[in-house]
Order: sequence, then C-alpha cells, then structure tokens
Amino acid sequence: MARNGKRVLAWLPPMAPSVVLLGLFVVGPIAWCLYAAFTNTALTGIAARRPQFVGLDNFKNLFTSADVGASLWLTVLFVLGSAVVGQNGAGMLLAVFMQRRSRVLRGIVGTIVVAAWVLPEVVAAFAVYAFLNTNGTLNEVLGALGLGGQNWLYTAPLFAVVLANIWRGTAFSMLVYQAALSEVPSDLTEAAEVDGAGPVRRFWHVVLPVIRRTVVTNLMLITLQTLGVFALIFVLTAGGPDNKTRTLPLLMYEQAFKFGQIGYGTAIAVVLLALGAVFSLVYIRSLKTEV
Amino acid sequence: MLLRTVTTGLTVVALGLTAAACGAPATDSKTIRVVYRNYSDFPQMDDFMKVVKKEFEAANPGLTAQLNPITSLDSDYLAKVQLMQRSPSTAPDVLFEDSYNVNADAAAGYLLPLDDQLKNWPDWNEQFIDATKQAGRATDGKTYAVPMGTDTRGIWFNKTVFAKAGLPTDWHPTSWDEVLAAARKIKQSQPDVEPMYMPLGKPSTEAVSMQTLEMLLYGTDTKDLYSESDKKWVAPSKGMNDALHFVSTAMTEHLAQTAAEAEDTQFAATQMTTRMSKDKIGFMIDGGWYARYWAPGGVSPWPEWTKTMGTTAFPTQHGQAPGKVTLSGGWTLAVGGSTGNAEAAFKFLTVALNKKNSTDIDVNCSWLPVRKDVRADPRLAEKDPTVPFWSDLVSITRYRPTLPEYPQVSNAMQVAADSVVNGGDPDQATRKWVEDVQKVVGADKTRNG
Repeated sequence: MARNGKRVLAWLPPMAPSVVLLGLFVVGPIAWCLYAAFTNTALTGIAARRPQFVGLDNFKNLFTSADVGASLWLTVLFVLGSAVVGQNGAGMLLAVFMQRRSRVLRGIVGTIVVAAWVLPEVVAAFAVYAFLNTNGTLNEVLGALGLGGQNWLYTAPLFAVVLANIWRGTAFSMLVYQAALSEVPSDLTEAAEVDGAGPVRRFWHVVLPVIRRTVVTNLMLITLQTLGVFALIFVLTAGGPDNKTRTLPLLMYEQAFKFGQIGYGTAIAVVLLALGAVFSLVYIRSLKTEV
Repeated sequence: MLLRTVTTGLTVVALGLTAAACGAPATDSKTIRVVYRNYSDFPQMDDFMKVVKKEFEAANPGLTAQLNPITSLDSDYLAKVQLMQRSPSTAPDVLFEDSYNVNADAAAGYLLPLDDQLKNWPDWNEQFIDATKQAGRATDGKTYAVPMGTDTRGIWFNKTVFAKAGLPTDWHPTSWDEVLAAARKIKQSQPDVEPMYMPLGKPSTEAVSMQTLEMLLYGTDTKDLYSESDKKWVAPSKGMNDALHFVSTAMTEHLAQTAAEAEDTQFAATQMTTRMSKDKIGFMIDGGWYARYWAPGGVSPWPEWTKTMGTTAFPTQHGQAPGKVTLSGGWTLAVGGSTGNAEAAFKFLTVALNKKNSTDIDVNCSWLPVRKDVRADPRLAEKDPTVPFWSDLVSITRYRPTLPEYPQVSNAMQVAADSVVNGGDPDQATRKWVEDVQKVVGADKTRNG
C-alpha cells in the first residue's frame, strides 16, 4: 500500500499540470457539450436563464431533420473527397515523385506546397476566393485562352471547397510520407528490383506494406482535421448556395450562434464527434489486421 | 530532478495565472464596461464612444468607463455579445443593442428594466418621440433600452439610368407591377445595367427577410407576419406566396442581381455600392442609411450621389392604403442585467443620448433621429438631403415581431427566398416555409392569412 502510494507520488506531481489543463480545456468542454445536448440551452430568451432538461428531444429532431441528413452526407463527401482521396493521394504522389530528385527541385516544390499550409485558414480561404470568383484568376486565365469563365463558387460549390481543402492540406500528408519513405530500407526495394519488379509493383508490394501504419495514422489525422473545417467553407460560400456546402460544422454554427440554440447545436457536435469516432474505428481496425 | 521541479513550478504558476484571468470580474463598481461594435464598415460608434467616455468621466469624477469594442460584422456581433452576457465576469454594463433583440435578451435576464430611472429623466419624457420608444419595450411592458436612432426602408433609384430608360426622374411607383415595369424598361434600354437590387441569397441573412420579403409581405392584404391581436404567426400566408412570386419574377426575367451574385459572400460588401455609383444598377430596395457608404470616409465615397440618387417609398402590392410600406429597426443602448453599478451605467446612457451626442451619432451614421430636438437640427439634412424623406416614413412604419422565435422564422424565410433565387418554384417554397414555421412555433400558434 505504502509502496503504491509512493509510486503515485512519483508520477502524479509532474503529470498533474497536464491532467488539470486537459481536464479544464478538453474534457470539461466535451462533458459540458454532452450535457448541453440534452437541454434546451439557448443564447437568449427564457431558455438562456433557465435551461431545461429535454431528454432526447434534440436528437429526435436531429434524426428526423432533412437538413441534418443532407449536412451529414455533405460532410462525408467533403472528408472522402478532400482528405482521404485528395490530400492523402496528392501528398503520397508528391512524396513519391520527389524521392531521390535533386535538392533544388525538392526545395522548390516543397516550398510551394507548404506555403499553402502555413497560411492562416482565413487567408487561405480568401486566396481561393480570389482564384475562383467571377472576376478571379481562373476566369482571367480561361478568358486569355479564349474559354468562357463561370462563377465556380456558384456552379460547383462543393468541388470548389474540396479543391480549396486539398490545396491547403496536402503539405501535411506530403511531409508525413516524405519522412516515411525515407525510412523504407533501400535493400528491400533493391532486392525487388533485382527480382524484376517494376516501379509500380515495387511501390505496391514493398513500399506500401512497410509504410502502412504511417498511411493509417495520416488518414486518421487528416480525417479528424477535415471533419472540423469551418472557416475555409464559411469564407468561400457561407454554406450556400442553397445549402450545397453546409457541412456539419456550418450547420452547428448556424443553429448555435445564428438561432441561439446552443442545446441543438451541441447535439450536432455530438453527431460530429460520433462521425469522427466511426472514421477512427475503421482506421484502427485496419491497423490490427496484419497483411 | 531539478529540471522537473522547475518545469512543474512554472506550469503551476502558468495555471494559476490562467485561472485568475478566467475567474476575476473585470470591472468593479467604479468602472463600467461599455460594449459596442467596431468594424471598418462602422467606425462611427468607436469615435462616438470615445467622446462620450471623456464627457462621462469629466462629469462623474471617480467613475471610469472602460470601452470594450467588439470587432465583428453585424451578423456576428449578436452571438459574440450574447456569449459575453452568459457570464457576469464578461457581461457588459452598457450595451449597444439591436432593438430587435431586446425582447429575447430581456427574457434571458441580460438586461435591466429602466422604467424607474427613465421616469426621472426629463429628456425621456419631453424629447423622445413616443412611437420610437417601442424599440426598447419588451412584451412584459417594461422598457429595457433607449433608442439611439431609427431607420426606414424604401427605394433608392439612379436618375441617370432612369433618364436613359425614359422613366421619370421623380419616380413614384404605386404598385408592385409598376416597379417591375420600370425594371423591364431599364433592361430593354440598357442591357448592361442590372435593373434592380434587393437583398437576396444566403450571405445576406436577415436583410433578405426584412428588406425584401417583409417589405413585400407587409404591403399585401395579409399585412402581417405575426398577428399581435390573436398572438399567432400568419402561416399559411397568401402574402408570403405573393412576395415569393415577386422575387421569382425578378429572377427569371433577369431583372435583379444574378443568383451567382446573390450567393457571393463578398458581393454585397465589395461591389454593390461601387456599381451603384457607376450607373450599373437601376434601383435598389434597401435602407435609408445607404448614404453613409457614399459619404467621405465611407466604403465607397461618391460626392455626386446627392445629384444622381433619388428616393421613393416602396409601394403596397396593388396600391392598398396607405399606398406605401416601410419597416424600421434601429439601435439602442441598454444596461446589463448583472451590472455592479446600475446608477453609473444609466448615467453613461444619459450622457451618450443627450441632445448633442444624439445629434452627432444620428448625423454620422445616417440614422433617423428619435428625439424631437434632434429632428429639428439642420445638420441632418445638410449632410444627407434625403433624411427628411426617410424621417417622414416613420409615421407609417412597422416593426418586426421580435419574439425569441423570430430568428428561426426569419431563417425559414431566407431558405424560401434562397430556393426561389436558385430557380425553385415559389409555391413549393411557400409550402416548405409554412411547414418550417409550424415546426418552430408549433402549429397551434399559427393561423391562416
């Protein structure tokens, strides 16, 4: 008993600050969010002064609402399109093609890609707006080539925000894969090469299995990041036109801060949390199955 | 070991500081916190508050006014302030408050009833125009806020465009059909001009409800969005259906801004005022405060606007009495419900809204005065010659039903308008709107109209 106590004393003091900080700023808000999701807490009106416990009402409304269904679907499309396929694929391609290239080329490409990533989200969003809007760069270029432009943010809003997020986030995947690829033992690939395997086969059968864990970790990180993307979409389209880009974070913002329904907004946050958990479970499971 | 002790120590200190910063009330009874919006589209309030602070502190030695400007767009200001009001340690003592939010904030206990203090303030009894006192009165009958100024809505039209189209430059449309007919004429004569502009599209939020749909709806035989007499929301609504048909006609005949422009998050902010000054828009259905964007130092200064722009009232649907329709909102000052020094907060309010300061803020913001003595001030019409026109509309003005459910009903209106803007069927949009309203307020709180 005394020994145990001593052990606790040994690890608790140095851990305490982070435990307290995590509790205060991470666990606390999540717990409050879970609680508020079962109340009618509001920003103003009588429910702001005396919020009432409403049981599962918020979730009943949520699951019968066409808005939430549409937003959920948009969120999944956005995550699959911009993170799983877009950022992940583009990052991997860039990393593979830049392998064993000249230092200068790597430097130039790397800087261009990372530049989008270091920009603050709002600045990045305005840059994409300047590129895609009616008088934007893309239409100027198309015009110079004799092709007619269009308002991309209006005609292809989901595509526009997916493109924006790919552009902004690819650098992260690229850096992760660059690091992972440099760890692949060269004797493995060389042996495969001697056995007559082409570059595609070498990548698929030798390199990919080695960096499999990195792929899953990367997917998990960018999925969770993309699920929460708000400012990028808000600046570009504000969720419009006709709610075609209103993903769950935008819906949550609208309900909680435009209509003051904090309770309902936090219920949507819980759904978002659950969606993140589903994605994470899929990834974790795929880590466990050995090749 | 030493390193660990030092790190732990530092973290504990940091934590302590964080906790202190979170917990301590920022004001004591000698200091009042004044919260208002400050942004590039609205720098007037900050200048104004700085002057009031100086005068208040000079007149009340020992008291301090701590200015706490909120940097945000109009659409975000509300949520930011409401979040501050949730905690007494951040709640304002004096608050710049949209009149349309007084009801809900009073119900939430965020505001202090001012009736006792107002009773003893001669200005309130003698100078404030009775009709405008409604702006600060909640449904419980108590007054929670004092209006700073009000506004009315109507039509701004460009005389250069009108002359080219062969339309009268002292235009007075008497029905919706005449409005549309003028738009068609502009389109025929000047294909590169957008005949009309009215707030539409998701980014325009509340303006779509108030400046566009309610201006239309209140001029129909339905007349109301919410019926005060039987305390019911009017849905289904023939008037709302007609209003959406008006929008649909404007969109399908390409008489208004394009759907893509309506959905552009930056369009209203960056391009509207400039297009107007370049004779690229025929007329717009919008607020009387527009002149402040063209004033020196405004978003797009345009000294010639006084010669080019004409104003006229928006007509009722078929010219039903009184022939024109307008809606009012306006900003107020209120005292926070959890203030530590209600007396000082109210004193600040009386300094801010005395004759001199009221005149200054109304002139600078192109607001319509709510005080009789300010209304008589020649400076208002000097700076903006359209002020008498907009002021006259106050006599027939309507206010929005500012109940706590209003933001959601309003959103349902925006959704309906948005679907019509994007080519949707107005009848179907109306049906969906009725469903949405009944879901929000409960079917038993609606009636047919």
